[in-house]
Amino acid sequence: MERIPILKMGEFLLVTIQVDMHDRLALTLQDDLTEQIVKWHAHGVLIDISALEMVDSFIGRMLSNIANMARLLDAQTVVVGMQPSVAITLVELGLPMRGIRTALDVEKGMQTLRISLGSNGHPQETDGSVED
Amino acid sequence: MATIGKLLNESLRKDEQGLLDQWTALQAKASGRRMSAAEEKQLQTQSREFLAALREAAQQDADDISKPEWNGVRDFLSQLSSSRARTGSTPVETAMFILSLKEPLFSRMRRDSNDPQELADEIWKATVLLDRLGLLTTEAFQKTREEVIARQQQELLELSTPVVRLWNNVLALPLIGTLDSARTQVVMQNLLEAIVQTRSDIAVIDITGVPTVDTLVAQHLLKTVAAARLMGADCIISGIRPQIAQTIIHLGVNLEDVTTKATLADAFAVALKRTGYAVTRVKNSNGTAG
Repeated sequence: MERIPILKMGEFLLVTIQVDMHDRLALTLQDDLTEQIVKWHAHGVLIDISALEMVDSFIGRMLSNIANMARLLDAQTVVVGMQPSVAITLVELGLPMRGIRTALDVEKGMQTLRISLGSNGHPQETDGSVED
Repeated sequence: MATIGKLLNESLRKDEQGLLDQWTALQAKASGRRMSAAEEKQLQTQSREFLAALREAAQQDADDISKPEWNGVRDFLSQLSSSRARTGSTPVETAMFILSLKEPLFSRMRRDSNDPQELADEIWKATVLLDRLGLLTTEAFQKTREEVIARQQQELLELSTPVVRLWNNVLALPLIGTLDSARTQVVMQNLLEAIVQTRSDIAVIDITGVPTVDTLVAQHLLKTVAAARLMGADCIISGIRPQIAQTIIHLGVNLEDVTTKATLADAFAVALKRTGYAVTRVKNSNGTAG
C-alpha cells in the first residue's frame, strides 16, 4: 500500500509529501505519524508540503488536524514550503490553520524547531544566531 | 414588393453624384470645423462606399437591418465607428454621419413623389431605417470605447502591483489605489510568488496610497496576511493614516493579529530587528565622526 515516508532525524521527524494527497493517504499518514511520534519520543515534526500543488477542504483539514495531534503528543510541528496557490486556497476555504507554525523551507523550519525546543527546556543545542 | 419602397430606391439611384455631394457638404458643415483636403477626400470615399452598400441592401426585400442582406452595411458602419472612436471623434459626430443623410435624401424623395400619402409612408420608413443605422453606429462606437477602457484597466492592474525587495529577506508591497477583489487577487499572487522566489521572512504591506479602507478592503488585506503566514512569512501593515485607523476601529475590523505600523520606516525598523540587523549612525551630519 502507498505510504508517505516518515524519516527520523535526531529528535525530529521529517515528513515529505511528494505525491498528490488523496483522502486515504492522509488518513494513513495520520495513523503512522502519531504512532511514530510516540515510538521515538519525537519533540519536533516537520511536514514539507512543497510538492503539494492542490488541496481541498478535506486535505486542508487533515493537515491542520495532523499538526494539532502532533502538538498534543508534545511534538512541535512546523509546516514548510507551502505553495502560493495552496495558501490562497486554504485562506479562501476559511482554513487559516491557526496555531500552526509555518516556515518557507525545510532549513528555516528546522531552525524554528531548534529555537523553540531550546527555549522550551528540552535539551537541544541552541543556535541563537539569525540567518542572513 | 419591397416594404421599403420604390421611392427610396428611386431616390437613392436617380442622382447618385448629387446626393453624395450634398450629403458630404452637410457632413462637413455639421463637423463645425474646416476639414483638410485629405479628410474631405476620406469622407467622400466613406460616404460613397456607404451609399453603395445602402443601395445594394435597400434593393433587397428587407426592412429589418438584422437580416443577412444588411450584413455589408452593418459591417461597414461598425468598422467606420470603431475607427472613428479610435481617432477621437465624438459620438455625435459619428452618428451625424448617418443622420445627416436624411435631409438630402428626403428632399429628393419629396421631389420624386406626387402622392402625399405615399410620400409620408415612405419617409416614415426611411427615417426608421436611418435611425436604426444611426443607433448601430453609436453602439459600435461605444463598444470600441469599452474595449479601450478594458485594455487600460488590464494595463493598470499589471502596472500597479510591484513587489520591492527592501533588504535581505524583507519585501515591501506599496499599494496604490483602491483595492477590489480582482486587484487583491493579483496583489496576493504577486506577493506570495515573490516570497517564494526571494525566500523572504517578512513582507511589509504599505497602504499609504490606498484612499479608503472599508470592511471589504480590510478583509482582503487580512486574507493576504493569512496566506503569507501559511507559507511561513510574516506581514507588517504600514502606512495607516489617522483617518484610516479611525475607520478601521469604527468598522470593528479585527487587525489585532497583524503587526501594524504608522509609517513604512517604522515597519522597516521592525523588520530589520526581526532579521537581526541594526542600523547605526557612523558619522554626524556635519561629517565628523560621532
